[in-house]
Amino acid sequence: MNEKPRQPAEPDPNQPGQTALELINTGAEWLRGTGRACDVVVSSRVRLARNLAGFPFMPRASRVDRQQIVDLCHHKLVEAELADRLLWIDLREVSRLDRNLLVERHLISQAHARGKIGNHSVTGGRTGEDEPRAVAVGLPGERLSIMVNEEDHLRIQVVKSGFALAEALTEIDTIDDRIEARADYAFHPRFGYLTACPTNVGTGIRFGVMLHLPALKLTGDIEKVTRAANDMSLAVRGFYGEGSEPLGDFFQISNQTTLGKSERVLLHDLEHEIIPKVIEYERVSRRQLIERRGEAIADQVHRAMGVLTHARLLATDEATRLLSQLRLGVAMGLIEKVDQQVVHNLMLLVQPAHLQRASGRNMTQAERRVARAKLVRNRLTEAMTRRA
Amino acid sequence: MKCACGKNEATIHEIVVVNGIVQEKHLCPECAESEGISPDPHANIASLLAKHAQPSPAGPSLSGPVAPRRPPSVRSVRCSACGTTFSQFKNEGLLGCADCYKAFEFPLGPLLERAHDGATHHVGKIPRRALAASRGGDLPIEALLGSLEERAERLATLRKQIAEAVAAEHYERAARLRDELRALGSAPSSPGADLPEDRPEA
Repeated sequence: MNEKPRQPAEPDPNQPGQTALELINTGAEWLRGTGRACDVVVSSRVRLARNLAGFPFMPRASRVDRQQIVDLCHHKLVEAELADRLLWIDLREVSRLDRNLLVERHLISQAHARGKIGNHSVTGGRTGEDEPRAVAVGLPGERLSIMVNEEDHLRIQVVKSGFALAEALTEIDTIDDRIEARADYAFHPRFGYLTACPTNVGTGIRFGVMLHLPALKLTGDIEKVTRAANDMSLAVRGFYGEGSEPLGDFFQISNQTTLGKSERVLLHDLEHEIIPKVIEYERVSRRQLIERRGEAIADQVHRAMGVLTHARLLATDEATRLLSQLRLGVAMGLIEKVDQQVVHNLMLLVQPAHLQRASGRNMTQAERRVARAKLVRNRLTEAMTRRA
Repeated sequence: MKCACGKNEATIHEIVVVNGIVQEKHLCPECAESEGISPDPHANIASLLAKHAQPSPAGPSLSGPVAPRRPPSVRSVRCSACGTTFSQFKNEGLLGCADCYKAFEFPLGPLLERAHDGATHHVGKIPRRALAASRGGDLPIEALLGSLEERAERLATLRKQIAEAVAAEHYERAARLRDELRALGSAPSSPGADLPEDRPEA
Protein backbone atom coordinates (compact mmCIF):
# COMPACT_ATOMS: atom_id res chain seq x y z
CA MET A 1 0.00 0.00 0.00
CA ASN A 2 1.91 2.96 -1.25
CA GLU A 3 -0.90 5.45 -1.30
CA LYS A 4 -1.54 7.78 1.53
CA PRO A 5 -4.56 6.65 3.48
CA ARG A 6 -7.65 8.63 2.73
CA GLN A 7 -11.30 8.48 3.64
CA PRO A 8 -13.78 7.10 1.10
CA ALA A 9 -15.16 9.74 -1.24
CA GLU A 10 -18.66 9.53 0.17
CA PRO A 11 -19.67 9.28 3.79
CA ASP A 12 -20.97 5.86 4.69
CA PRO A 13 -24.77 5.96 4.49
CA ASN A 14 -25.28 3.23 7.07
CA GLN A 15 -26.41 4.33 10.47
CA PRO A 16 -24.74 1.94 12.90
CA GLY A 17 -27.92 1.58 14.93
CA GLN A 18 -29.87 0.29 11.92
CA THR A 19 -27.21 -2.18 10.88
CA ALA A 20 -28.29 -4.97 13.20
CA LEU A 21 -31.94 -4.80 12.24
CA GLU A 22 -31.04 -4.75 8.58
CA LEU A 23 -28.98 -7.90 8.98
CA ILE A 24 -31.78 -9.69 10.81
CA ASN A 25 -34.31 -8.67 8.17
CA THR A 26 -32.27 -9.43 5.03
CA GLY A 27 -31.00 -12.78 6.33
CA ALA A 28 -27.82 -14.75 5.74
CA GLU A 29 -27.50 -17.09 2.80
CA TRP A 30 -25.93 -19.87 4.88
CA LEU A 31 -29.14 -20.16 6.91
CA ARG A 32 -31.13 -21.28 3.87
CA GLY A 33 -30.71 -24.94 4.66
CA THR A 34 -30.21 -25.81 1.00
CA GLY A 35 -27.29 -27.16 -1.02
CA ARG A 36 -25.38 -30.42 -1.21
CA ALA A 37 -25.74 -32.81 1.76
CA CYS A 38 -27.83 -30.22 3.60
CA ASP A 39 -29.44 -32.97 5.70
CA VAL A 40 -26.11 -33.12 7.57
CA VAL A 41 -24.05 -30.10 6.51
CA VAL A 42 -25.31 -26.72 7.69
CA SER A 43 -22.63 -24.54 6.11
CA SER A 44 -19.15 -24.47 4.57
CA ARG A 45 -16.72 -21.68 5.28
CA VAL A 46 -13.24 -20.67 4.21
CA ARG A 47 -11.17 -17.99 5.86
CA LEU A 48 -7.86 -16.39 4.96
CA ALA A 49 -5.50 -14.70 7.41
CA ARG A 50 -3.65 -11.81 5.78
CA ASN A 51 -1.43 -8.98 6.99
CA LEU A 52 -0.47 -5.77 5.23
CA ALA A 53 3.19 -5.26 4.41
CA GLY A 54 4.78 -2.31 6.20
CA PHE A 55 2.69 -2.42 9.38
CA PRO A 56 3.56 -4.24 12.61
CA PHE A 57 1.31 -7.18 13.48
CA MET A 58 -1.46 -6.51 15.98
CA PRO A 59 0.49 -7.20 19.21
CA ARG A 60 2.96 -4.42 18.33
CA ALA A 61 0.63 -2.08 16.43
CA SER A 62 0.14 1.30 18.08
CA ARG A 63 -3.23 3.02 18.13
CA VAL A 64 -2.07 5.18 15.23
CA ASP A 65 -1.02 2.08 13.23
CA ARG A 66 -4.38 0.50 13.92
CA GLN A 67 -6.32 3.57 12.86
CA GLN A 68 -4.27 3.78 9.65
CA ILE A 69 -4.96 0.11 8.91
CA VAL A 70 -8.71 0.63 9.46
CA ASP A 71 -8.73 3.71 7.19
CA LEU A 72 -6.69 2.01 4.47
CA CYS A 73 -8.82 -1.13 4.54
CA HIS A 74 -12.05 0.86 4.49
CA HIS A 75 -10.96 2.66 1.36
CA LYS A 76 -9.37 -0.32 -0.40
CA LEU A 77 -12.13 -2.81 0.38
CA VAL A 78 -14.89 -0.46 -0.78
CA GLU A 79 -12.90 0.30 -3.93
CA ALA A 80 -12.39 -3.41 -4.67
CA GLU A 81 -16.16 -3.94 -5.19
CA LEU A 82 -16.20 -7.23 -3.35
CA ALA A 83 -20.00 -7.57 -3.09
CA ASP A 84 -23.18 -5.95 -4.41
CA ARG A 85 -23.00 -3.83 -1.31
CA LEU A 86 -20.30 -3.79 1.31
CA LEU A 87 -21.56 -2.85 4.74
CA TRP A 88 -18.73 -1.25 6.72
CA ILE A 89 -19.15 -1.44 10.49
CA ASP A 90 -16.76 0.47 12.72
CA LEU A 91 -16.97 -1.61 15.88
CA ARG A 92 -16.29 1.33 18.16
CA GLU A 93 -19.45 2.98 16.90
CA VAL A 94 -21.91 0.18 17.59
CA SER A 95 -23.35 -0.90 20.92
CA ARG A 96 -22.16 -3.95 22.83
CA LEU A 97 -25.50 -5.58 22.06
CA ASP A 98 -24.98 -5.16 18.33
CA ARG A 99 -21.42 -6.43 18.55
CA ASN A 100 -22.79 -9.55 20.26
CA LEU A 101 -25.34 -9.86 17.48
CA LEU A 102 -22.50 -9.91 14.94
CA VAL A 103 -20.83 -12.68 16.98
CA GLU A 104 -24.07 -14.68 17.03
CA ARG A 105 -24.27 -14.33 13.25
CA HIS A 106 -20.67 -15.63 12.92
CA LEU A 107 -19.60 -12.36 11.28
CA ILE A 108 -17.00 -11.52 13.95
CA SER A 109 -15.26 -13.45 16.73
CA GLN A 110 -15.90 -12.93 20.45
CA ALA A 111 -12.38 -11.54 20.72
CA HIS A 112 -13.03 -9.01 17.95
CA ALA A 113 -16.23 -7.88 19.67
CA ARG A 114 -14.21 -7.10 22.78
CA GLY A 115 -11.20 -5.61 21.01
CA LYS A 116 -8.88 -8.44 21.97
CA ILE A 117 -6.13 -9.92 19.81
CA GLY A 118 -7.60 -13.31 18.97
CA ASN A 119 -7.58 -15.68 21.93
CA HIS A 120 -4.14 -14.53 23.08
CA SER A 121 -3.25 -12.42 26.05
CA VAL A 122 -0.50 -10.08 25.00
CA THR A 123 1.42 -8.26 27.68
CA GLY A 124 1.76 -4.64 26.72
CA GLY A 125 -0.38 -5.22 23.61
CA ARG A 126 -3.29 -2.83 23.33
CA THR A 127 -6.70 -4.38 23.89
CA GLY A 128 -10.11 -2.99 24.70
CA GLU A 129 -13.43 -1.95 23.25
CA ASP A 130 -11.99 1.41 22.20
CA GLU A 131 -9.33 -0.01 19.89
CA PRO A 132 -9.73 0.86 16.18
CA ARG A 133 -11.22 -2.16 14.43
CA ALA A 134 -13.98 -2.95 11.99
CA VAL A 135 -15.84 -5.57 10.00
CA ALA A 136 -16.97 -5.40 6.37
CA VAL A 137 -20.02 -7.50 5.48
CA GLY A 138 -21.04 -8.40 1.92
CA LEU A 139 -24.75 -7.86 1.24
CA PRO A 140 -27.08 -9.32 0.38
CA GLY A 141 -26.56 -12.73 1.90
CA GLU A 142 -23.65 -12.10 4.32
CA ARG A 143 -21.54 -14.59 2.36
CA LEU A 144 -18.48 -12.41 2.83
CA SER A 145 -17.15 -10.86 6.01
CA ILE A 146 -13.77 -9.29 6.61
CA MET A 147 -12.58 -8.57 10.13
CA VAL A 148 -10.05 -5.74 10.24
CA ASN A 149 -7.56 -5.70 13.14
CA GLU A 150 -8.49 -8.96 14.82
CA GLU A 151 -5.51 -11.30 15.37
CA ASP A 152 -4.30 -10.40 11.87
CA HIS A 153 -4.88 -7.19 9.93
CA LEU A 154 -7.37 -8.99 7.71
CA ARG A 155 -9.43 -12.09 8.35
CA ILE A 156 -11.43 -12.75 5.19
CA GLN A 157 -14.31 -15.24 5.41
CA VAL A 158 -16.71 -16.71 2.87
CA VAL A 159 -19.64 -18.87 4.03
CA LYS A 160 -22.03 -20.90 1.95
CA SER A 161 -25.08 -23.02 2.71
CA GLY A 162 -24.60 -26.81 2.54
CA PHE A 163 -21.47 -28.70 1.55
CA ALA A 164 -19.77 -26.24 -0.81
CA LEU A 165 -16.10 -25.89 0.10
CA ALA A 166 -14.88 -25.76 -3.51
CA GLU A 167 -17.30 -22.97 -4.39
CA ALA A 168 -16.34 -21.08 -1.24
CA LEU A 169 -12.64 -21.41 -2.13
CA THR A 170 -13.20 -20.10 -5.66
CA GLU A 171 -15.10 -17.14 -4.28
CA ILE A 172 -12.60 -16.23 -1.59
CA ASP A 173 -9.70 -16.63 -4.02
CA THR A 174 -11.20 -13.98 -6.31
CA ILE A 175 -11.86 -11.68 -3.37
CA ASP A 176 -8.30 -12.16 -2.13
CA ASP A 177 -6.93 -11.34 -5.62
CA ARG A 178 -8.99 -8.17 -5.75
CA ILE A 179 -7.70 -7.00 -2.40
CA GLU A 180 -4.16 -8.02 -3.27
CA ALA A 181 -4.35 -5.94 -6.46
CA ARG A 182 -4.71 -2.90 -4.22
CA ALA A 183 -2.67 -3.78 -1.15
CA ASP A 184 0.68 -5.45 -0.51
CA TYR A 185 0.43 -8.49 1.73
CA ALA A 186 3.23 -9.57 4.05
CA PHE A 187 4.70 -12.59 2.25
CA HIS A 188 7.88 -14.64 2.61
CA PRO A 189 9.12 -17.12 -0.01
CA ARG A 190 9.72 -19.85 2.54
CA PHE A 191 6.91 -19.18 5.01
CA GLY A 192 4.20 -17.94 2.61
CA TYR A 193 1.60 -15.48 3.87
CA LEU A 194 2.89 -14.19 7.18
CA THR A 195 0.53 -14.25 10.15
CA ALA A 196 0.82 -13.09 13.75
CA CYS A 197 0.45 -16.66 14.99
CA PRO A 198 2.78 -19.16 13.29
CA THR A 199 0.03 -21.80 13.40
CA ASN A 200 -1.68 -19.92 10.54
CA VAL A 201 1.41 -19.16 8.43
CA GLY A 202 1.73 -20.46 4.86
CA THR A 203 -1.58 -20.41 3.05
CA GLY A 204 -3.28 -18.71 6.01
CA ILE A 205 -6.31 -20.74 5.05
CA ARG A 206 -8.83 -22.48 7.23
CA PHE A 207 -11.63 -24.58 5.81
CA GLY A 208 -14.49 -25.25 8.18
CA VAL A 209 -17.60 -27.35 7.73
CA MET A 210 -20.45 -27.08 10.20
CA LEU A 211 -22.11 -30.45 10.60
CA HIS A 212 -25.26 -31.48 12.40
CA LEU A 213 -24.45 -34.87 13.92
CA PRO A 214 -27.27 -35.78 16.34
CA ALA A 215 -27.21 -39.52 15.52
CA LEU A 216 -23.44 -39.85 16.05
CA LYS A 217 -23.80 -37.90 19.29
CA LEU A 218 -26.61 -40.18 20.45
CA THR A 219 -24.72 -43.40 19.65
CA GLY A 220 -21.50 -42.03 21.15
CA ASP A 221 -19.66 -42.59 17.86
CA ILE A 222 -18.87 -38.88 17.71
CA GLU A 223 -15.83 -39.75 19.84
CA LYS A 224 -14.51 -41.90 17.00
CA VAL A 225 -15.00 -39.06 14.54
CA THR A 226 -13.17 -36.66 16.82
CA ARG A 227 -10.27 -39.07 17.33
CA ALA A 228 -9.99 -39.84 13.60
CA ALA A 229 -10.12 -36.14 12.79
CA ASN A 230 -7.41 -35.32 15.32
CA ASP A 231 -5.21 -38.04 13.85
CA MET A 232 -5.50 -36.26 10.52
CA SER A 233 -4.59 -32.86 12.00
CA LEU A 234 -8.17 -31.68 11.89
CA ALA A 235 -9.91 -29.89 14.72
CA VAL A 236 -13.46 -30.59 15.88
CA ARG A 237 -15.03 -27.57 17.51
CA GLY A 238 -18.39 -26.28 18.67
CA PHE A 239 -21.01 -24.03 17.07
CA TYR A 240 -19.07 -20.84 17.75
CA GLY A 241 -15.64 -22.09 16.72
CA GLU A 242 -12.44 -22.10 18.72
CA GLY A 243 -12.94 -22.69 22.42
CA SER A 244 -16.70 -23.18 22.17
CA GLU A 245 -18.63 -26.20 23.35
CA PRO A 246 -20.69 -28.21 20.91
CA LEU A 247 -24.16 -26.70 21.03
CA GLY A 248 -27.20 -28.71 20.01
CA ASP A 249 -25.13 -31.43 18.28
CA PHE A 250 -23.50 -28.99 15.87
CA PHE A 251 -19.80 -29.54 15.20
CA GLN A 252 -17.26 -27.74 13.07
CA ILE A 253 -14.47 -29.71 11.43
CA SER A 254 -11.52 -27.68 10.18
CA ASN A 255 -7.89 -28.04 9.16
CA GLN A 256 -5.22 -27.15 11.69
CA THR A 257 -2.12 -27.04 9.51
CA THR A 258 -1.52 -24.29 6.96
CA LEU A 259 2.11 -24.81 5.96
CA GLY A 260 3.35 -27.25 3.34
CA LYS A 261 -0.02 -28.12 1.83
CA SER A 262 -1.57 -26.05 -0.92
CA GLU A 263 -5.13 -24.76 -0.76
CA ARG A 264 -6.14 -27.32 -3.41
CA VAL A 265 -4.65 -30.28 -1.57
CA LEU A 266 -6.28 -29.26 1.71
CA LEU A 267 -9.59 -28.80 -0.09
CA HIS A 268 -9.27 -32.20 -1.72
CA ASP A 269 -8.50 -33.91 1.59
CA LEU A 270 -11.57 -32.42 3.26
CA GLU A 271 -13.99 -32.47 0.36
CA HIS A 272 -13.23 -35.90 -1.05
CA GLU A 273 -11.62 -37.86 1.77
CA ILE A 274 -12.83 -36.80 5.17
CA ILE A 275 -16.13 -34.92 5.26
CA PRO A 276 -18.00 -37.33 2.91
CA LYS A 277 -17.10 -40.16 5.29
CA VAL A 278 -18.48 -38.28 8.29
CA ILE A 279 -21.65 -37.42 6.36
CA GLU A 280 -22.15 -41.05 5.37
CA TYR A 281 -21.45 -42.21 8.94
CA GLU A 282 -24.12 -39.85 10.27
CA ARG A 283 -26.62 -40.93 7.61
CA VAL A 284 -26.07 -44.63 8.33
CA SER A 285 -26.46 -43.97 12.07
CA ARG A 286 -29.70 -42.09 11.43
CA ARG A 287 -31.07 -44.98 9.35
CA GLN A 288 -30.10 -47.47 12.03
CA LEU A 289 -31.75 -45.36 14.71
CA ILE A 290 -34.99 -45.31 12.70
CA GLU A 291 -34.84 -49.07 12.15
CA ARG A 292 -34.03 -49.98 15.74
CA ARG A 293 -35.62 -47.18 17.74
CA GLY A 294 -38.04 -45.59 15.28
CA GLU A 295 -40.80 -44.89 17.77
CA ALA A 296 -38.43 -43.44 20.35
CA ILE A 297 -36.85 -41.09 17.80
CA ALA A 298 -40.23 -39.97 16.44
CA ASP A 299 -41.40 -39.41 20.00
CA GLN A 300 -38.35 -37.28 20.80
CA VAL A 301 -38.75 -35.15 17.67
CA HIS A 302 -42.47 -34.57 18.20
CA ARG A 303 -41.96 -33.84 21.89
CA ALA A 304 -39.42 -31.21 20.88
CA MET A 305 -42.00 -29.73 18.52
CA GLY A 306 -44.60 -29.86 21.28
CA VAL A 307 -42.47 -27.98 23.76
CA LEU A 308 -41.28 -25.42 21.20
CA THR A 309 -44.86 -24.63 20.13
CA HIS A 310 -46.34 -24.54 23.63
CA ALA A 311 -43.72 -23.57 26.20
CA ARG A 312 -44.11 -20.24 27.97
CA LEU A 313 -40.50 -20.02 29.23
CA LEU A 314 -37.42 -21.03 27.22
CA ALA A 315 -33.73 -20.72 28.09
CA THR A 316 -31.18 -20.44 25.24
CA ASP A 317 -29.65 -23.87 25.85
CA GLU A 318 -32.98 -25.63 26.01
CA ALA A 319 -34.24 -23.87 22.89
CA THR A 320 -31.06 -24.78 20.98
CA ARG A 321 -31.25 -28.41 22.06
CA LEU A 322 -34.90 -28.70 21.03
CA LEU A 323 -34.28 -26.94 17.72
CA SER A 324 -31.47 -29.41 17.03
CA GLN A 325 -33.94 -32.27 17.55
CA LEU A 326 -36.45 -30.50 15.33
CA ARG A 327 -33.77 -30.15 12.63
CA LEU A 328 -33.21 -33.90 12.77
CA GLY A 329 -36.96 -34.46 12.44
CA VAL A 330 -37.13 -32.18 9.38
CA ALA A 331 -34.08 -33.83 7.78
CA MET A 332 -35.57 -37.30 8.31
CA GLY A 333 -39.00 -36.35 7.00
CA LEU A 334 -40.68 -36.83 10.38
CA ILE A 335 -41.75 -33.16 10.44
CA GLU A 336 -43.10 -31.85 7.16
CA LYS A 337 -44.67 -28.54 8.01
CA VAL A 338 -41.43 -26.73 8.83
CA ASP A 339 -38.34 -26.30 6.65
CA GLN A 340 -34.67 -26.08 7.61
CA GLN A 341 -34.48 -22.34 6.98
CA VAL A 342 -37.10 -21.71 9.66
CA VAL A 343 -35.14 -23.89 12.10
CA HIS A 344 -31.81 -22.21 11.24
CA ASN A 345 -33.26 -18.73 11.60
CA LEU A 346 -34.67 -19.67 14.99
CA MET A 347 -31.26 -21.01 16.06
CA LEU A 348 -29.99 -17.44 15.70
CA LEU A 349 -33.11 -15.60 16.86
CA VAL A 350 -33.16 -17.39 20.23
CA GLN A 351 -29.64 -16.09 21.04
CA PRO A 352 -29.69 -13.21 23.56
CA ALA A 353 -28.57 -10.33 21.32
CA HIS A 354 -30.85 -11.33 18.45
CA LEU A 355 -33.78 -11.75 20.79
CA GLN A 356 -33.32 -8.31 22.30
CA ARG A 357 -32.76 -6.70 18.92
CA ALA A 358 -35.87 -8.34 17.44
CA SER A 359 -37.90 -7.24 20.47
CA GLY A 360 -36.45 -3.75 20.26
CA ARG A 361 -35.31 -3.45 23.87
CA ASN A 362 -32.80 -4.67 26.46
CA MET A 363 -34.22 -7.39 28.69
CA THR A 364 -33.32 -9.25 31.85
CA GLN A 365 -32.71 -12.99 31.63
CA ALA A 366 -36.18 -13.74 33.00
CA GLU A 367 -37.79 -11.42 30.46
CA ARG A 368 -35.76 -13.02 27.69
CA ARG A 369 -37.11 -16.47 28.54
CA VAL A 370 -40.67 -15.25 28.14
CA ALA A 371 -39.88 -13.38 24.92
CA ARG A 372 -37.91 -16.35 23.53
CA ALA A 373 -40.77 -18.79 24.11
CA LYS A 374 -43.23 -16.39 22.50
CA LEU A 375 -41.01 -15.78 19.47
CA VAL A 376 -40.43 -19.48 18.85
CA ARG A 377 -44.15 -20.24 19.29
CA ASN A 378 -45.16 -17.53 16.86
CA ARG A 379 -42.57 -18.35 14.21
CA LEU A 380 -43.32 -22.07 14.20
CA THR A 381 -47.09 -21.57 14.19
CA GLU A 382 -46.71 -19.07 11.36
CA ALA A 383 -44.52 -21.48 9.35
CA MET A 384 -46.98 -24.33 9.81
CA THR A 385 -49.97 -22.18 8.81
CA ARG A 386 -48.09 -21.08 5.69
CA ARG A 387 -47.42 -24.68 4.71
CA ALA A 388 -50.93 -25.90 5.48
CA MET B 1 19.85 -36.84 -9.69
CA LYS B 2 23.02 -38.88 -9.14
CA CYS B 3 24.37 -39.84 -5.72
CA ALA B 4 27.55 -38.21 -4.48
CA CYS B 5 29.34 -41.50 -5.29
CA GLY B 6 28.49 -40.84 -8.94
CA LYS B 7 27.42 -44.43 -9.56
CA ASN B 8 23.81 -44.74 -8.53
CA GLU B 9 20.63 -42.70 -8.62
CA ALA B 10 20.14 -40.63 -5.45
CA THR B 11 16.91 -41.71 -3.81
CA ILE B 12 17.54 -40.42 -0.29
CA HIS B 13 17.66 -36.70 0.27
CA GLU B 14 18.78 -35.34 3.60
CA ILE B 15 18.67 -31.67 4.35
CA VAL B 16 20.25 -30.43 7.54
CA VAL B 17 20.06 -26.82 8.67
CA VAL B 18 22.77 -25.78 11.09
CA ASN B 19 22.79 -22.19 12.29
CA GLY B 20 20.73 -21.20 9.27
CA ILE B 21 23.11 -22.88 6.80
CA VAL B 22 21.49 -25.51 4.61
CA GLN B 23 23.48 -28.67 3.96
CA GLU B 24 22.04 -31.08 1.45
CA LYS B 25 22.92 -34.70 0.85
CA HIS B 26 21.57 -36.66 -2.09
CA LEU B 27 22.54 -40.30 -1.70
CA CYS B 28 21.89 -43.76 -3.02
CA PRO B 29 20.67 -46.33 -0.44
CA GLU B 30 24.14 -47.89 0.01
CA CYS B 31 25.92 -44.61 0.64
CA ALA B 32 23.07 -43.52 2.93
CA GLU B 33 23.44 -46.62 5.03
CA SER B 34 27.18 -46.18 5.31
CA GLU B 35 26.49 -42.63 6.55
CA GLY B 36 24.02 -43.92 9.12
CA ILE B 37 20.93 -42.41 7.46
CA SER B 38 17.81 -44.55 7.60
CA PRO B 39 16.63 -45.45 4.09
CA ASP B 40 13.16 -46.23 5.45
CA PRO B 41 10.79 -43.62 3.96
CA HIS B 42 8.23 -44.37 6.66
CA ALA B 43 10.60 -43.71 9.54
CA ASN B 44 8.83 -41.84 12.28
CA ILE B 45 9.15 -38.15 11.49
CA ALA B 46 9.22 -37.34 15.18
CA SER B 47 12.29 -39.49 15.71
CA LEU B 48 13.95 -37.86 12.72
CA LEU B 49 13.15 -34.48 14.17
CA ALA B 50 14.40 -35.52 17.55
CA LYS B 51 17.68 -36.47 15.91
CA HIS B 52 18.15 -33.20 14.06
CA ALA B 53 16.14 -30.44 15.62
CA GLN B 54 15.73 -31.68 19.18
CA PRO B 55 12.23 -30.28 19.65
CA SER B 56 10.73 -30.19 23.11
CA PRO B 57 8.39 -33.11 23.80
CA ALA B 58 5.48 -30.84 24.71
CA GLY B 59 3.27 -31.64 21.68
CA PRO B 60 2.04 -29.15 19.13
CA SER B 61 1.66 -26.22 21.52
CA LEU B 62 3.74 -23.23 20.53
CA SER B 63 3.86 -21.74 23.98
CA GLY B 64 5.37 -24.70 25.80
CA PRO B 65 8.73 -24.46 27.52
CA VAL B 66 11.86 -24.21 25.42
CA ALA B 67 13.70 -27.49 25.01
CA PRO B 68 16.34 -27.68 27.74
CA ARG B 69 19.13 -28.47 25.29
CA ARG B 70 18.54 -25.31 23.24
CA PRO B 71 21.20 -22.68 23.88
CA PRO B 72 19.84 -20.22 26.45
CA SER B 73 20.73 -17.29 24.19
CA VAL B 74 17.84 -18.14 21.82
CA ARG B 75 15.35 -16.71 24.28
CA SER B 76 16.96 -13.30 24.15
CA VAL B 77 17.12 -13.07 20.34
CA ARG B 78 15.40 -9.82 19.46
CA CYS B 79 13.70 -8.69 16.24
CA SER B 80 15.43 -5.47 15.26
CA ALA B 81 12.32 -4.15 13.48
CA CYS B 82 9.73 -4.36 16.28
CA GLY B 83 11.76 -5.26 19.37
CA THR B 84 9.92 -8.52 20.11
CA THR B 85 12.17 -11.09 21.82
CA PHE B 86 11.87 -14.81 21.18
CA SER B 87 11.06 -15.27 24.84
CA GLN B 88 8.17 -12.80 24.51
CA PHE B 89 6.89 -14.73 21.49
CA LYS B 90 7.06 -17.99 23.45
CA ASN B 91 4.94 -16.47 26.21
CA GLU B 92 2.36 -14.78 24.02
CA GLY B 93 2.22 -17.13 21.03
CA LEU B 94 2.20 -14.21 18.60
CA LEU B 95 4.93 -12.58 16.53
CA GLY B 96 5.31 -8.81 16.41
CA CYS B 97 5.88 -8.16 12.72
CA ALA B 98 6.80 -9.71 9.37
CA ASP B 99 10.54 -9.33 10.13
CA CYS B 100 10.19 -11.57 13.22
CA TYR B 101 10.00 -14.52 10.80
CA LYS B 102 13.52 -13.65 9.62
CA ALA B 103 14.89 -12.76 13.03
CA PHE B 104 13.61 -16.02 14.56
CA GLU B 105 13.97 -18.20 11.47
CA PHE B 106 16.29 -20.67 13.20
CA PRO B 107 14.41 -21.25 16.48
CA LEU B 108 11.01 -21.06 14.71
CA GLY B 109 11.87 -23.93 12.36
CA PRO B 110 11.25 -26.84 14.77
CA LEU B 111 8.16 -25.14 16.21
CA LEU B 112 6.65 -24.75 12.75
CA GLU B 113 7.44 -28.36 11.92
CA ARG B 114 5.63 -29.50 15.05
CA ALA B 115 2.63 -27.27 14.41
CA HIS B 116 2.37 -28.18 10.72
CA ASP B 117 2.96 -31.94 10.58
CA GLY B 118 6.62 -31.65 9.69
CA ALA B 119 6.20 -29.06 6.93
CA THR B 120 8.96 -26.48 6.55
CA HIS B 121 8.02 -24.55 3.41
CA HIS B 122 5.01 -22.81 1.94
CA VAL B 123 3.28 -24.56 -0.93
CA GLY B 124 0.33 -22.85 -2.55
CA LYS B 125 -0.83 -19.42 -3.54
CA ILE B 126 1.67 -16.63 -4.15
CA PRO B 127 0.56 -12.98 -4.28
CA ARG B 128 -0.01 -12.14 -7.93
CA ARG B 129 1.15 -8.57 -7.65
CA ALA B 130 4.51 -9.65 -6.31
CA LEU B 131 4.78 -12.29 -9.01
CA ALA B 132 3.95 -9.77 -11.74
CA ALA B 133 6.45 -7.30 -10.31
CA SER B 134 9.16 -9.96 -10.40
CA ARG B 135 8.37 -10.66 -14.07
CA GLY B 136 8.86 -6.96 -14.72
CA GLY B 137 12.54 -7.57 -14.15
CA ASP B 138 13.42 -5.80 -10.89
CA LEU B 139 13.02 -8.71 -8.56
CA PRO B 140 14.20 -12.22 -9.43
CA ILE B 141 11.60 -14.92 -9.03
CA GLU B 142 13.84 -16.65 -6.48
CA ALA B 143 13.08 -13.78 -4.13
CA LEU B 144 9.51 -15.08 -4.06
CA LEU B 145 9.96 -18.79 -4.47
CA GLY B 146 13.06 -19.00 -2.35
CA SER B 147 16.61 -19.78 -3.30
CA LEU B 148 17.40 -22.71 -5.55
CA GLU B 149 18.28 -24.70 -2.44
CA GLU B 150 14.92 -23.88 -0.92
CA ARG B 151 13.09 -24.82 -4.09
CA ALA B 152 15.02 -28.06 -4.27
CA GLU B 153 13.98 -28.74 -0.71
CA ARG B 154 10.35 -28.03 -1.52
CA LEU B 155 10.51 -30.26 -4.57
CA ALA B 156 12.02 -33.02 -2.44
CA THR B 157 9.20 -32.63 0.11
CA LEU B 158 6.58 -32.85 -2.61
CA ARG B 159 8.20 -35.95 -4.08
CA LYS B 160 8.18 -37.56 -0.66
CA GLN B 161 4.49 -36.70 -0.19
CA ILE B 162 3.70 -38.16 -3.63
CA ALA B 163 5.50 -41.39 -2.73
CA GLU B 164 3.54 -41.59 0.52
CA ALA B 165 0.23 -40.89 -1.26
CA VAL B 166 0.94 -43.61 -3.84
CA ALA B 167 1.97 -46.06 -1.12
CA ALA B 168 -1.33 -45.39 0.66
CA GLU B 169 -3.18 -45.73 -2.68
CA HIS B 170 -4.45 -42.15 -2.53
CA TYR B 171 -4.02 -41.68 -6.26
CA GLU B 172 -6.13 -38.55 -6.62
CA ARG B 173 -4.11 -36.84 -3.94
CA ALA B 174 -0.90 -38.01 -5.60
CA ALA B 175 -2.08 -36.55 -8.91
CA ARG B 176 -2.78 -33.22 -7.28
CA LEU B 177 0.60 -33.17 -5.59
CA ARG B 178 2.20 -33.96 -8.92
CA ASP B 179 0.40 -30.99 -10.52
CA GLU B 180 1.81 -28.85 -7.77
CA LEU B 181 5.28 -30.23 -8.28
CA ARG B 182 5.04 -29.46 -11.99
CA ALA B 183 3.84 -25.93 -11.29
CA LEU B 184 6.73 -25.35 -8.93
CA GLY B 185 9.25 -26.91 -11.29
CA SER B 186 8.02 -24.92 -14.29
CA ALA B 187 7.66 -21.56 -12.55
CA PRO B 188 9.34 -18.80 -14.54
CA SER B 189 12.91 -18.25 -13.48
CA SER B 190 15.48 -15.54 -13.96
CA PRO B 191 17.87 -15.99 -16.89
CA GLY B 192 20.53 -18.58 -16.33
CA ALA B 193 18.86 -20.10 -13.30
CA ASP B 194 19.53 -23.79 -13.13
CA LEU B 195 16.37 -25.42 -11.92
CA PRO B 196 16.46 -28.82 -10.31
CA GLU B 197 15.20 -31.44 -12.70
CA ASP B 198 11.50 -32.17 -12.27
CA ARG B 199 11.47 -35.91 -12.35
CA PRO B 200 8.62 -37.84 -10.79
CA GLU B 201 9.81 -40.68 -8.66
CA ALA B 202 6.71 -42.40 -7.40
